[in-house]
Amino acid sequence: MIVFDRVSKVYPDSSVALEEITLSIEPKEFVSIVGPSGAGKTTLLKLFLAEEHPTEGTVFYESVNIHSLDKKAINDFRRKVGMVFQDFRLLPNKTVYENIAFTMEAAGRTDEEIETDVPHVLELVDLSPKIWNFPRELSGGEKQRVAIARALVNEPDIIIADEPTGNLDPANTYDVVQILKKINDLGRTVILTTHNKGIIDSLHKRVVAMDRGKIVRDDKVGKYDE
Amino acid sequence: MTNKTEMFKVKLKRIIRTGFFNFWRNGTVSLASVLVMTVTLLVVGSLSFFNAILDTSLAELQNKIDINVTFVTTAEEADILNIKHSLESLPEVLLVTYTSREEALEAFKVRHASDQSILAALEELGENPLGATLNIKARDPSQYGSVAEFLEGDDTLSSGSVSIIDRINYFQNKTAIDRLTKIINSADTLGLALSAFLIIVSVLIAFNTIRLTIYIVREEISVMRLVGASTSYIQGPFIILGIIYGLTAAVVTLLAFLIITYCLGSIMGSFLPSFNLFSYYLRNFLEIAFIIIVSGTLVGTVSSLLAIRKYLKI
Repeated sequence: MIVFDRVSKVYPDSSVALEEITLSIEPKEFVSIVGPSGAGKTTLLKLFLAEEHPTEGTVFYESVNIHSLDKKAINDFRRKVGMVFQDFRLLPNKTVYENIAFTMEAAGRTDEEIETDVPHVLELVDLSPKIWNFPRELSGGEKQRVAIARALVNEPDIIIADEPTGNLDPANTYDVVQILKKINDLGRTVILTTHNKGIIDSLHKRVVAMDRGKIVRDDKVGKYDE
Repeated sequence: MTNKTEMFKVKLKRIIRTGFFNFWRNGTVSLASVLVMTVTLLVVGSLSFFNAILDTSLAELQNKIDINVTFVTTAEEADILNIKHSLESLPEVLLVTYTSREEALEAFKVRHASDQSILAALEELGENPLGATLNIKARDPSQYGSVAEFLEGDDTLSSGSVSIIDRINYFQNKTAIDRLTKIINSADTLGLALSAFLIIVSVLIAFNTIRLTIYIVREEISVMRLVGASTSYIQGPFIILGIIYGLTAAVVTLLAFLIITYCLGSIMGSFLPSFNLFSYYLRNFLEIAFIIIVSGTLVGTVSSLLAIRKYLKI
């Protein structure tokens, strides 16, 4: 379970990114976080990944305060979380295979595991033919599918997708959302941030709406706007 | 335990492999870095050659310093040879050469063979006006002072109460000898300071180049962090990359020196005949190669290590 307990984040220039956020996410939940730019969605995710520290409040994962962990424990924790970004963030000098293998290597998996798991996960996202291509040789949709495969390969408990469809056309957007749904059906927590009204309205899942650093709405089965 | 060593080996293998891949796939960046490192190593190596040339030229100059003791024409040869022996027993003295009056006259005549008026004047005199000389070479230019003092103070130099020494050119050349001694000493110090300065500047340039290559991939480093890669796993390939830059640049430098010294060797022969740069390089190859390879690897590794630290804070 993920708990944000009265978390605030104020940047050194006194801009308030988050204000007294209290939010809990159950295991296997699919939560969409919506809101305009600057609402604090990305800051929320950065706090969860320990990329940033909260100014006040605590972030728990399975009753452990994430920001009290040491470097090594943070690395271990991050391996339990799969990240998907709007700009894909693939390593440009590595092939599709190597991009995914890198994550497994970082987690200390054996060569044999890597050799069997990478093709398998690429099959899941329907990208097997592109296994030896470099990211620059892929379309936006294909890149995002590699990113999802990378996020999945270590069998994480949680998948965080930060505006994953922001750079994609409607067809690819639909595919990505279907993959995320499938991941959730397989028993993983999915946290999705998005601007895309269509996605949210079709999902019929929990929606947390944010504005100017605050949670303004939290509906069990929500829509983009009331 | 075996599992741990096994994992360490696998990790090391992956780090080295990734380092090589990064070197190969970022061809242009690698080329630029290797070239800059090569310039750094050329500076380091050139300083070693520069010092060798300086040392040889100074040694040649030092060889040219000597003292000439000219005796009065009435001095007995036996007395002069006595002095020669006692001079030779001094630890400061390297070599003493005796030139008799007759030899001095012969040499004088040969030197002025084309000057009829001098030869005619010599004829007019009837007798040999030249005294015998002792030419003294000391082991070190700073020791001429004490040799000259010895000659001044020694009783054996006089027959009766009259000194048999006509003149010692040390006192005439003292200023020149002192100045040369000073120049030699300050050339050594200056050479050292200049070397240190050039090495620092070129190392800083190499460091900055590597910093730029890591700056280019800072986004990737943050991605690696976010997929949970440990510090050593991210840092490792960059250190390997630094080592590859250093080693490649070292090999290029050593080859370049082979060509440079070969070409310079024949050109320099005309003004520094006793020193051949090419044979000096071949003779000291192992030592120079060691210095260059170690410098290259060290600069590459340390630069990578320092440059990447900034991006590992996430």
